[in-house]
Amino acid sequence: MSSVPSAHPLSLNPGEYPPGRRLQRSELAWALAFLAPYLVVFAAFVVYPVGHGLWIARDPALYAELFADQRYLRTVVNTVLFVGLGVNLMMFAAVLLSGLFVRREWWVRALLAVYLTCWALPAVPAFVSFHWMLIGEQGLVNGLLRELFGVEGPIWFNDRWLALGCNIIAYVWKWMPFWTVVFVAGRMAIPQEIYEAAAVDGATGARRFLHVVFPILANLYLVCTLLATLWTVGDFNTTYLVSIGAPARSSEVLATLGFHYAFDAAQPALGIAATMSALPILVPVALVLMRRLQAGGVQL
Amino acid sequence: MSLASPRLLRPSEAVWPLLGRPHRLRRRLGTGLALVVGVVMLIWSLLPTYNMLLIALDAEGDTEYSGTLWPAEPTLDSFRVVMAGDYWYLEHFWHKFANSLFIALATMVLTVAIGSLASFALGRMRLARGWLLGNFPVVTYAVPASFLVIPFYRVVREYGLSDSLWSVIAADVTFAAPYAILILHQYARLVPFELDEAAQIDGASPFVVYRSIYLPLMAPALVAVGTFALLFAWNEYLYQYMLLTSDRNMTVAVAIAQFFDADEAPWNHMMAAAIVYALPPVAIFLALRRWTAAGFSLDGPRV
Repeated sequence: MSSVPSAHPLSLNPGEYPPGRRLQRSELAWALAFLAPYLVVFAAFVVYPVGHGLWIARDPALYAELFADQRYLRTVVNTVLFVGLGVNLMMFAAVLLSGLFVRREWWVRALLAVYLTCWALPAVPAFVSFHWMLIGEQGLVNGLLRELFGVEGPIWFNDRWLALGCNIIAYVWKWMPFWTVVFVAGRMAIPQEIYEAAAVDGATGARRFLHVVFPILANLYLVCTLLATLWTVGDFNTTYLVSIGAPARSSEVLATLGFHYAFDAAQPALGIAATMSALPILVPVALVLMRRLQAGGVQL
Repeated sequence: MSLASPRLLRPSEAVWPLLGRPHRLRRRLGTGLALVVGVVMLIWSLLPTYNMLLIALDAEGDTEYSGTLWPAEPTLDSFRVVMAGDYWYLEHFWHKFANSLFIALATMVLTVAIGSLASFALGRMRLARGWLLGNFPVVTYAVPASFLVIPFYRVVREYGLSDSLWSVIAADVTFAAPYAILILHQYARLVPFELDEAAQIDGASPFVVYRSIYLPLMAPALVAVGTFALLFAWNEYLYQYMLLTSDRNMTVAVAIAQFFDADEAPWNHMMAAAIVYALPPVAIFLALRRWTAAGFSLDGPRV
């Protein structure tokens, strides 16, 4: 079945098919019936809209227009920074924090509940709050800076790079708890004996993380990073609600730019072309992700 | 977090006569570090929520311009305005709330139903051979939801679903289902195939296997996936804004973001509405937390 050779050909991993047995015809009919609802959703709401979008944005002149537009090029830089910095900061912090949240003390579990409410909090309230927290000189953040440290904070949304940084922080705040829990689950699956063997060999603390925990979590880390990359490229809410593109639309990302082309500039084809221009990068990422997901089950 | 049995570490103790037990020292350092990180994470996690409360409790709705860390005269009046729908952006607040709830619940039910059926076919019935077919739903994420909104808007109109809550539900299910299938697919590795085969030998049809073996044993993952779908729908803004055009079908998320259209809106009302909107998912999530932890394993059990 899987093209990845199993480490032990005779002993099956849990959940792996016994070799050699093929699907019988009556089973095939059942299987297709089970898959049918999803196939309908996939065809009607993924394949058709994507095809329709590509057809609307099929004119090469649109892409020539895009690449000549300063706003588009600036947005591509923003998107690369938003995704590159946001995803990597988030994943690295999440994998480190998962080491805190595997502890069993009562206060760690209480903290985890508080920490996870960041993820459960809906995007609109959370990002609207970030917007007001950072607005001008009188937001809560600058208020705290003044009261606690006597420092006058900057006007965050008056500078492209600061605004972009604020968006990244807000995005990481919202989504890091989710990935932390994924890594906590990954760490829980590491058998205690491995830690014990590592301790005998003298690997504790940072060395244990570097040489034991991280290599075991590597595939999971890669899978999560790829999935988070796809999700972050498509993130509309953060930029739309935290910086609102300020100053002067200079902190926009592709998701919001496509929206503005389509509805504020009344150029839907250009808007679709702007977003579809990311597909040559996103499709390979998705394919690598699918490949790594399959490999995940046969490690160790 | 005992790292090793003390008997095995004892020789190294002799090397460190001054420090005594090095592993105990290290553990104490570890706890200290954990406490410091914990305090930082507590402030980090609570600051935006505190800011929401700060503005919502303010009498004037202009806390952001006064720079105080606590409103001079805290009042719950904004919450009264929200409950009564007294401000024109918040008119019929509970009707909008019901729309949001309907979208979220329908997304949850449909995602769990469609996702569990598909994951059963892909993972348990040998339908999928190879990595390309086995994880094909994930390819959906190559075109993020926000990139697809313009064609989606046109396609939905062709389907006769314009300005219908069902169009938003369709979008939410479309983008929540691949992750649901992924999680269920991974979790299903815990359920032994021998159970399916024993039932088949006893003459059970695939549907009976699905209903009597697969669903009950997958319960923790189903709860996790259902929570994910619910929160996904509750997070979603763009499709609700784009696809629902009439006042009758407006949702709370759209109503809250509308405040940005005005230059001088009462921000305390906005924040109070945001807090009320945030309560159900947080409550549901905390209530189901014990269950959801089981369903986060993206990598499947490896040993």
